[in-house]
Amino acid sequence: MTGLLIIGSSQAGVQLAVSLRALGFDEEITLLGDEDHRPYQRPALSKEFLQDRITKESLIYRTQEYWDEHRITVVKGERIERISSTPDGSGVAFSRTGTQFAFDRLALTVGAHARKLTVPGADLDGVLYLRSADDALELKARAPEAKKVVVIGGGFIGIEAAASLHTLGKAVTIVERGPRVVERAVGEKTSEFILRHHIASGVNILLNSATEEIIGEGGRVTGVRVNGEIIEADIVLVGIGVIPNTELAKEMGLQVDNGIVVDKFATASDGHTLAVGDCSNLPNPVPNSPTGERVRFESVNHAIEQAKVAAYAIMGRQEEYAGIPWFWSNQGELKLQIAGLSTGYDQVFDRSSADSSKFSILYYRGEQLIAADCINAPLDFMAVRQALTKGVNLTPEMVADVSVPLKKVLTEAEIKGSE
Amino acid sequence: MSTVIFTSASGDVVEIDATPGDSVMETAVRNGVLGIVAECGGSLSCATCHVFVDQEDLATLPEAEEMEDEMLWGTAVDRQDNSRLSCQLWISEGCTIRVTTPETQI
Repeated sequence: MTGLLIIGSSQAGVQLAVSLRALGFDEEITLLGDEDHRPYQRPALSKEFLQDRITKESLIYRTQEYWDEHRITVVKGERIERISSTPDGSGVAFSRTGTQFAFDRLALTVGAHARKLTVPGADLDGVLYLRSADDALELKARAPEAKKVVVIGGGFIGIEAAASLHTLGKAVTIVERGPRVVERAVGEKTSEFILRHHIASGVNILLNSATEEIIGEGGRVTGVRVNGEIIEADIVLVGIGVIPNTELAKEMGLQVDNGIVVDKFATASDGHTLAVGDCSNLPNPVPNSPTGERVRFESVNHAIEQAKVAAYAIMGRQEEYAGIPWFWSNQGELKLQIAGLSTGYDQVFDRSSADSSKFSILYYRGEQLIAADCINAPLDFMAVRQALTKGVNLTPEMVADVSVPLKKVLTEAEIKGSE
Repeated sequence: MSTVIFTSASGDVVEIDATPGDSVMETAVRNGVLGIVAECGGSLSCATCHVFVDQEDLATLPEAEEMEDEMLWGTAVDRQDNSRLSCQLWISEGCTIRVTTPETQI
């Protein structure tokens, strides 16, 4: 027996291995990654790690003793280039170095890669990305020499990195192609709040602005041409989204559509291979979501929850996804927490109080609460996350009095519901 | 040497040699202590590393800051007066910290 091969020592891969051992899975587990690092956490790369507030060591998921004790073989620096599989789900994975990894069952936790900028000059030295630890280490190595940074992309990564670099004393300009920041993840009012905060703290942000060209001298970046004007830059950091890693799945003949298509038990179209985390495209797991709607998440919480589902599937149990998606983004002084998915909302309720440093907005589909964006308002976030998890609806009418904390509204709704 | 002693809600005890400078949460997660989830990796965003700290040890630790205090109102198992988020409990040289993990974190 050759056991389970997990390709991708990501959050999803680590959780899958850990959950399987917790469930009593007794076969071999190999957790294989293509980077030369022990399995590590990515979220801090654009935040605490970039700001030198934590060390590389604190990014590491588990000690070697843990892996040894739980008989999980961790392999570093092996990039799988080809997989040969049989109809029963077993097969062999071939790495770039020529090593072969035989498996009885395969899990793809291969994540996503940074979308590349394609404008002229995009290959100049000093044009950087931020997805991996090596990316972060390179950015940190170059940062001390740099005075001016242009960040291309006003999504989570771009804004978090911009806020971190601004904290380190750099002059930072964010160039966003769309009409608002973090457009994909939050509503208009939240975008507006985030925009105003970062502008007030001294970050320059250009909206509706396409990057036309990266300018350089002697092969090194010196600026970015935006709206016909040159913005000087010693570093250009690109954060324009990610693309799921689906090459291996495609080659195996698995169905792929914005990610590896899986059922609600994290199982791909061959009925055997598991696909978990950023790389997988799944039926929307949120209760009461439209039938047939599919989603692909880029989040820690999702990687963990879907990995648990996959672990059960490997153990022969069909357990459905538990919990409500949630997301966080720390941007300098801003702590953004999102509970639920606001997709498809038709009504919002602004709970922001007179305290201008705090913000929270609730999203509704009809009278049904579906999500909240909370900034520096953890009490509101926790209350909404609990309400969604417990299936307790907090209607617009119930939350209308902003002087009553949401936690209290939730407790009262629960008491009412149980009467 | 520093030590963290974790007791689960059902009474199982695990004793771990800890590295000064690490948090109690990091110590738990790296060593696979069940009962600490820590989804956000210690950035004070998720409240899934909730612990009840031994009263005697609690007195030796700095008090919770506002953000931690607010997050504690939303833990899966309701807070008690000795509740802390273990990502904010830093281990010092030679200390012993005794904590009990709640029945659930989510």
